[in-house]
Amino acid sequence: MKKIEAIIKPFKLDDVKDALNKIGVNGMTINEVKGFGRQRGHKEIYRGAEYQVDFVPKVRIDVVVDSSLADQVVEAISKSANTGKIGDGKIFVFTVDEAIRIRTGETGEGAI
Amino acid sequence: MFSTIMIKKIFIQNKRSISVMKKIIISGLFILFCVTCVWAGDETPTVLSNKEAISLVQTHADYVWTLVAAALVFFMQAGFAMVETGFTRAKNAINIMMKNLMDFAMGSLAFWAIGFGIMFGVSKTGWFGTSGFFLSDFSPGGDPWVLAFWMFQVVFAATAATIVSGAMAERTKFSGYLIYSVLISALIYPVFGSWAWGSLYKGGGWLENLGFIDFAGSTVVHSVGGWAALAGAIVLGPRLGKYTKDGKVKPILGHNMPLAALGVFILWLGWFGFNPGSTTAANKDIAMIFVNTNLAAAAGCVLAMFTSWIKFGKPEVGMSLNGALAGLVAITSPCATVTPLSAIMIGAIAGVIVVLSVLFFDKIRIDDPVGAISVHGVCGAWGTLSAGIFNIGGTTLKIIGVQLLGISACFLWVFPTAFLLFKLIDVTIGLRVSAEEEIEGLDFVEHGGNAYPDFEISHSGSMGSVAPGLAKSEAGVGKMVRKPLEQA
Repeated sequence: MKKIEAIIKPFKLDDVKDALNKIGVNGMTINEVKGFGRQRGHKEIYRGAEYQVDFVPKVRIDVVVDSSLADQVVEAISKSANTGKIGDGKIFVFTVDEAIRIRTGETGEGAI
Repeated sequence: MFSTIMIKKIFIQNKRSISVMKKIIISGLFILFCVTCVWAGDETPTVLSNKEAISLVQTHADYVWTLVAAALVFFMQAGFAMVETGFTRAKNAINIMMKNLMDFAMGSLAFWAIGFGIMFGVSKTGWFGTSGFFLSDFSPGGDPWVLAFWMFQVVFAATAATIVSGAMAERTKFSGYLIYSVLISALIYPVFGSWAWGSLYKGGGWLENLGFIDFAGSTVVHSVGGWAALAGAIVLGPRLGKYTKDGKVKPILGHNMPLAALGVFILWLGWFGFNPGSTTAANKDIAMIFVNTNLAAAAGCVLAMFTSWIKFGKPEVGMSLNGALAGLVAITSPCATVTPLSAIMIGAIAGVIVVLSVLFFDKIRIDDPVGAISVHGVCGAWGTLSAGIFNIGGTTLKIIGVQLLGISACFLWVFPTAFLLFKLIDVTIGLRVSAEEEIEGLDFVEHGGNAYPDFEISHSGSMGSVAPGLAKSEAGVGKMVRKPLEQA
């Protein structure tokens, strides 16, 4: 099993969700997060004083899938979240040791 | 074929409606006949009784206009509350609501008991009145004008009091603020008011006898509030983290710009009671006062926006909002004695002044979260001076001299007394909350509450509605950690 963690531009969430649904991923967890990378932040003004906003709002998607599906998921996210502009985000892939469905106690791939 | 049917239909409808009309007219005539029969016993109106009746209509209209205007000015309290809370942080929202609520409530009682008598009571010296305390000029069955007049004046006193709240926001001890709000409504505001406005009722002040022009209170109300705000902000010192050690301004973001904007719209509306209502008479003068008030606000708003655009590269919302208020404050004094074109110039200059003034007070490290000192103190002084410069009947050095004297007298009375008052509060019960309390937020420490319990409180923008108990460290940068009440 693999966990794919993608940090994307918030307005791309619906596109990414639809792309993942299309390839058969039917569950995910998202978080509203803030951060910076190469995009850095931007300057804002409040009552005449400038200030730096370092942390830019992003959405983080966590998806756990069968290892065989991982490449497809990565591809689907990269395509659907791409705008070509700086700040599109990043994708990380992890190996998952175990998964358990709390309701039934199922484990492994049956639980995801 | 179709059109013939239509015409027939219309004809029938017309016939019906004509018969209905006939019935209405006949019954109307009958009612009129009955009424005339009843009145036949009354005395026939004479020229004299008509004259009395007409003047009574005018008197009633004066009452209605004065009290409607008073209600509009009362609504400005809501405007001040929204502006102040919009420009400050969510963790102090309850405290700001309580301050704005209580300075009106406590101020009303103080103005009833003491303030009104000092401001409008019989004054032998020209420095303060000495009669009419506890509304003693009214006796049941007597002339109720004093009640209408008092109602209009108490909302003005409350305006002066509540201006100060904004400049002292986010760090003032609530009990200290309550004492201040009683004393400004009972003493500081009424004494200056008696110098300029005493003769509107039973008093008479030295300043008005010199010909001082302050129609609706650029100085009497706004500068009084503004200079008291200056004293308060100086005694308190800036909010933690507002100025860095190397002298830079570190902005503390207000938590709700739409609320601040709503506040300004409410204040603008309320000003249509503040200025035109100051006639305390239903007459034709209110038309020009209305127009002047609106034009000055518009010009102030536009010029403040352009000034911010030129200075900061963007049309900044906070300064534009302050600009509208600056124009309103400035036109308050001259609104009845200048032309609409002059009103535009007065408002426009105020719009530029207010931006420069806000930047100036930040530079000398006087922390005023809402710009109250600049809007009310500085633009109040400008407006009062402008009443002399743009006077519709022409101006002389003497007129301008008297205006300058009034502006200075206001500062020299209000600033030292307010400074002394705040210092006294500071050394006795304390004027400022502790650093820990300021960081925690006044809502929780002073009032044991949370203005937005369903939202996470964050220093740098909202992260969405995460339930406080579930918000782990990953959810928010600079998140306020809330302790249970017992631990505080």
